[in-house]
Amino acid sequence: MSEAVEPLPAETGPVRIDVTPLLRIVVPVVLLVGWWAGTALHPGGLIPAPSEVGVALWDLAFGGINDDAFSRMLLPDLIASASRVYGAFVLAAAVALPLGMLIGRLRLVREMLEPTLQVLRPVPVTAWLPLSMIMFGIGPKSAFFLVALGSFFPILLNTIFAVRSVEPRLFEAAQMLGVSPARLFPKVVLPASLPGIFTGLRLGLGLAWVVIVVGEMTGVQTGLGAMIMDARQLSRTEIVIAGMAVIGVAGFLSDYAVLMLGRKLLAWSPRHG
Amino acid sequence: MTPPILSAINAGKVYPGGIEALRNANLTIAPGEFVCLIGASGCGKSTLLRMIAGFETVTSGQIVVRGKEVTGPGPDRGMVFQDYGLFPWLTIRKNIAFGPIARGKPKAEAMAIADRFVSMMGLDRFADSYPHQLSGGMKQRVAIGRVLANDARMALMDEPFGALDAMTRERLQEELLTIWRATGLSVVFVTHSLEEAIYLADRVVVMSPGPGRIVAEERITLERPRDVSSPEFNDIRRHLAALLHADHATEAA
Ligand SMILES: Nc1ncnc2c1ncn2[C@@H]1O[C@H](COP(=O)(O)OP(=O)(O)OP(=O)(O)O)[C@@H](O)[C@H]1O
Ligand SMILES: [Mg+2]
Repeated sequence: MSEAVEPLPAETGPVRIDVTPLLRIVVPVVLLVGWWAGTALHPGGLIPAPSEVGVALWDLAFGGINDDAFSRMLLPDLIASASRVYGAFVLAAAVALPLGMLIGRLRLVREMLEPTLQVLRPVPVTAWLPLSMIMFGIGPKSAFFLVALGSFFPILLNTIFAVRSVEPRLFEAAQMLGVSPARLFPKVVLPASLPGIFTGLRLGLGLAWVVIVVGEMTGVQTGLGAMIMDARQLSRTEIVIAGMAVIGVAGFLSDYAVLMLGRKLLAWSPRHG
Repeated sequence: MTPPILSAINAGKVYPGGIEALRNANLTIAPGEFVCLIGASGCGKSTLLRMIAGFETVTSGQIVVRGKEVTGPGPDRGMVFQDYGLFPWLTIRKNIAFGPIARGKPKAEAMAIADRFVSMMGLDRFADSYPHQLSGGMKQRVAIGRVLANDARMALMDEPFGALDAMTRERLQEELLTIWRATGLSVVFVTHSLEEAIYLADRVVVMSPGPGRIVAEERITLERPRDVSSPEFNDIRRHLAALLHADHATEAA
């Protein structure tokens, strides 16, 4: 997941045109045209046309068209969701990083915790929804818990894997240069596993965006998930689609920022630099 | 006579699986001596070197370095691995400063030391590069530089040039000899190439497998720089090749 897009092999012909930007927009354009054609052929169907979604998006952002309960709610909802996504992500990382390092490096902790975690892992976040609402009540706490749960496992598993797969040669190199066994963790394990840990954080943040809609099904009043749920109950499908588009773009931008950060911090790693 | 920097006394190694990798190895190395270990694959060359380094326990006999029995790795014995073992997250300069910092030198002093060895190894252009940006030959220069920067008394080198092309290999052999002469380092150097061994060493130690053991030693007294195409060089080569092959013959019998 963490690899950068491979550069295309250079054209060998006399005229070189960089077609990469073109390649990237082909699929979105085809999808958009297909969607538009589909709705044009079935007027009055249940799926709104792209133009209706565009109008809904405008009204969500700036109002002035429908002026109903949804108008101008985009920014507050986006902020509510983003703060839950990042808050829950930070919470998940704060638990998963140290736990993953302990499980990865200490046999005792691994034997004690790994079976339990392996059984908990396949349980989807959606299945936790009812229990979460009983434990944390209806509202933001429940949403927070579910989103944190969603990003917890990718961070944990990647951290465990990263600290376990440090090349043994590097321990030998460090020891023959005078590093005592107790100092191997900060001097070797931590830096060597940063790329793997970073991959886990990136996946975890991505999953937090995926889970946010489920999280906000717990009866919270704000957030993109709540907006989609409300719109669904009112059969405002164009708002549902607009909400989906906003989550997609927000998740993408968030991931892109993390990716760039990784390139900067992990310039030494052939996988990231 | 000065006391030896290293002595292996009836040193043996049986790995946990029961494989006897080395039996009754006796080897003495004088300070400043350049010794090459040569022998068929699996004869315990790496095992012996790793026991000297302190990475492997000695299961019988003992290995003594500068009067003390080896119980673990230490900065007095610097290892140069065939696969380099550089820290990929550190620049070349910081890779070389790693040892001095690990041993508690102040950062500024460690960096000054690193700069000196960066220059000595001809790495100035790459001082701020990361290992993955360097060729194999350059990486091996870094690996040698960090051992020197750490005041090692012995360099333990396990086929350090085995993965390099012939040209790079020859240049590095030359540089290694220059450094060795300048520093008075003791070197234990494992190689598969008889020519490399005779070109570099004061003494060539021939080992043989099943179980691994030392079967012969040959002192090389040719003047340096040695001419690999001279008749004297060829005589030694023929003699050592016969020792290596005699051994294969008994294996086959
Ligand atoms: N960690 C280990 N555990 C078990 N057996 C081992 C281990 N390392 C080496 N051996 C065995 O010990 C014997 C000697 O191995 P060693 O690596 O020392 O040989 P070598 O002379 O360095 O060979 P090569 O020339 O192929 O590098 C071999 O039979 C090998 O399979
Ligand atoms: Mg070997």
